Amino acid sequence: MSVTGKYFLNSRKGAITQQYPDNRDTLKMFERFRGEVIMPHDENNEHACTGCQKCEIACPNGTIEIIWDRGIDEYSGKKKKKIDKFVYHLSLCTMCGLCIDVCPTDAIEWGQNFENSVYDRTKLTRVLNKPGSKLRPGIED
Amino acid sequence: MVLNISNSLREWLSTMMPETTAHILEMVIIALIYLGIFSIAGLFLVLMERRVAAWFQLRIGPNRVGYQGLLQTIADALKLVSKELTGTERADKFLYNLAPYFVIISSLMALGLIPFTENFQAFDINIGIFFLIAISSIGVIGILLGGWASNNKYSLIGAMRSGVQTISYELSVGLSLLTMIVLTGSLQLSEIVEVQKNGWLIVQGHIPAIIAFMIFIIAGTAETNRAPFDMVEAESELGAGFHTEYSGMKFAYFFLAEFINMFIIAAIATTVFFGAWLSPFGITESLPWLGIFWFLLKTLALVFLMMWFRWTFPRLRVDQLLTLEWKYLLPINLVNIVIMAWVVWQNLTIQI
Amino acid sequence: MQESTTINNFKSEEYFINMGPQHPATHGVLRLLLTIDGEIIKRVEPDLGYIHRSIEKMCERDSYQQIVHLTDRMDYLSSHINNEAVCLTVEKALELEIPDRVKVIRTIIGELTRIASHCLWWGVMGMDVGALTTYFYGFRDREMINDIFEETCGARLTMNYNVPGGLMWDIHPNFVNRVKTFIAHFKTKIPEFDRLLTENIIFQKRTKGVGILSKEDAISFGASGPVGRASGYSCDVRKYHPYSALDRVTFNESLQTEGDTFARYKVRIQEMWESLSIVEQLIDNIPEGEHRIATNAVIKLPKGEYYQKVETARGELGVYIVSTGTKNPYRLKFRSPGFSNLSLLNHIAVGGKIGDLVATMATLDLVIPDIDR
Repeated sequence: MSVTGKYFLNSRKGAITQQYPDNRDTLKMFERFRGEVIMPHDENNEHACTGCQKCEIACPNGTIEIIWDRGIDEYSGKKKKKIDKFVYHLSLCTMCGLCIDVCPTDAIEWGQNFENSVYDRTKLTRVLNKPGSKLRPGIED
Repeated sequence: MVLNISNSLREWLSTMMPETTAHILEMVIIALIYLGIFSIAGLFLVLMERRVAAWFQLRIGPNRVGYQGLLQTIADALKLVSKELTGTERADKFLYNLAPYFVIISSLMALGLIPFTENFQAFDINIGIFFLIAISSIGVIGILLGGWASNNKYSLIGAMRSGVQTISYELSVGLSLLTMIVLTGSLQLSEIVEVQKNGWLIVQGHIPAIIAFMIFIIAGTAETNRAPFDMVEAESELGAGFHTEYSGMKFAYFFLAEFINMFIIAAIATTVFFGAWLSPFGITESLPWLGIFWFLLKTLALVFLMMWFRWTFPRLRVDQLLTLEWKYLLPINLVNIVIMAWVVWQNLTIQI
Repeated sequence: MQESTTINNFKSEEYFINMGPQHPATHGVLRLLLTIDGEIIKRVEPDLGYIHRSIEKMCERDSYQQIVHLTDRMDYLSSHINNEAVCLTVEKALELEIPDRVKVIRTIIGELTRIASHCLWWGVMGMDVGALTTYFYGFRDREMINDIFEETCGARLTMNYNVPGGLMWDIHPNFVNRVKTFIAHFKTKIPEFDRLLTENIIFQKRTKGVGILSKEDAISFGASGPVGRASGYSCDVRKYHPYSALDRVTFNESLQTEGDTFARYKVRIQEMWESLSIVEQLIDNIPEGEHRIATNAVIKLPKGEYYQKVETARGELGVYIVSTGTKNPYRLKFRSPGFSNLSLLNHIAVGGKIGDLVATMATLDLVIPDIDR
């Protein structure tokens, strides 16, 4: 009883409850937290994905599907593989991190968003590259 | 205070209708007042339990509905009222529906006897303590009925445990109160309080009274089926015990009855051991209406003690429960009565 | 089929009750078929399969890197140790020389996992015998470890921090400080655990002399981990077959001889102290070096059979890989500790009360996904 009594008296200070929806503004996840896979784009709407499909092979669950095409690269003038859509099925993802581990150009990384619940299942299938985005020049795999 | 109100009520009613009708109407009105007060009070006890538990467990507890969560249990009650009443297919429908009312009525009836202040007591019967014990043990019939009629093995085990437990611990409750009655010489609650004007009984009776109080609080906790004696529900063993199959308001009755029973046990202890509405050292003797404050303060302190038990101790096993009662509490109790009788005979009581 | 015949052959005073698959005390979806005489248990028959995900079959489909993350989902309370087991097996097969830094970090995180698992077990043990408050105290301390894991590994439970050949990332710069803070904090908390539960007279009455398992039975049922050690069966894989950095630390194997529920309880409390001391010995001198050595993108194990066992929080986990030289294992078998520990439940619970069964099950520390895989 002495132990519980001590905690009762210190209850105001010791509460370990996270008042979750209220502390959204101050709640910050750790930088390595594996929430979802994102593909960062720079200010010119360019990403670093060359469409090499290593992530697609590394993924144990078929979470990533890359729809790709071959086209003329504007900078080098050579014919090159480029991604049309980088499809990411969040509903299949187990957050194992193998795709990010294997990516040679660091085109994809972890996002810290953990509020993944949606009302419609189709919203979990995401296209990670933004419309009209291009491969950042100078990136080779 | 309330008695004054009820007197004026009676006069006012008897001017309008015949004596008997007025009498009955008066009783009904008082009963409704009690019902109203104590169903709300029960809800706040639930809230108190939840907050206290939260503080013991490094949590915050309900704090969203109303200021500091004051309306939380009211909201819960509304939810329970609106829920569907489910039942098992081959349950004994009549007994199944009857059980919750047994439990809640017996606990509400006991409330009528408790002297909140000098005047605020609905029913000052001359066999008060005896009546209280008798009434509070009717509740177990409801539990037995509920467990039996649910047609569920877990419920049945819970109900049978409840029967065994209540019958055993009834003895200790009765005998520990009997110890104090040796001292007061009366069963009537108002007279018991009167005696305590010369010092609370736990002071008057010193050592045997303290032993009796300890036994009473242990047995009382067992009577209300609360941890560490919650064999009846035994969450991790029997799911929810006897009320596994109840939902909605019927479940709420069982739940409310548990808390009101806890309040009653604490209130009896307050009345018999801690001088009911009497203030410590008579500091507010000139203000009799403060009695209700003192009474509730003492009762809630005891309720808190019982909550402290609940959130600290592990549960006993069913055979250990019976061993504790029959091999330890009962013999100690019997010896204690003899000691008390000797103390009273030799005039060794402490009178202030 | 067997059930229906047993029901028909009941003696009049016995009855049959289903404990689970949805029951608060079975910690998941274990179903126990109990035959009870009043309160006394006559027979316990565990029924499995409610959470079977065919992990072993999935492993045959996956590459060796991918297998690792599946093992997170077996014994989720010691996920790091499971990962380590697979990685160690693969590394053993490839004859890779693992850097010291990796070994030390793996051991530290493994022992922290063990403490976290035992913290949770302690909370749940209290809850099973009816002291609900212990649950929150256990989780409070586990939360600190989880924060450490989240910062370094990126996840709290399914960490997947190991890869064949090392670790996915290097440790976070805050790691050492956080672990030291935790050690200082937790050293004050274990005595509190003792005061709250171990020294409680009701708890001792509930657990002493309940569910007794003799040393011979422990060996013949294949019990391992704290369950075996509580019966006096010295079976700590960390001691007898040290892996990673466990050969460079000194620690005592916690042994009890009574074999009852209280002995199993004490072994686990003792193990928390031991794990704490292992972490303390290693945390100050994590060697510098690589956190990972490069492996081929497609790992192909040479043809043959490989076995590696580790000590998880529950006991001995064995990984057995049969390789035909392709990129997938031909067969992969996990020897999970929970399965053998569950198998002796009928042996030790018979004759006790329902309350005893719950207390016994709590000290077997069953994690159902580990048993069912």
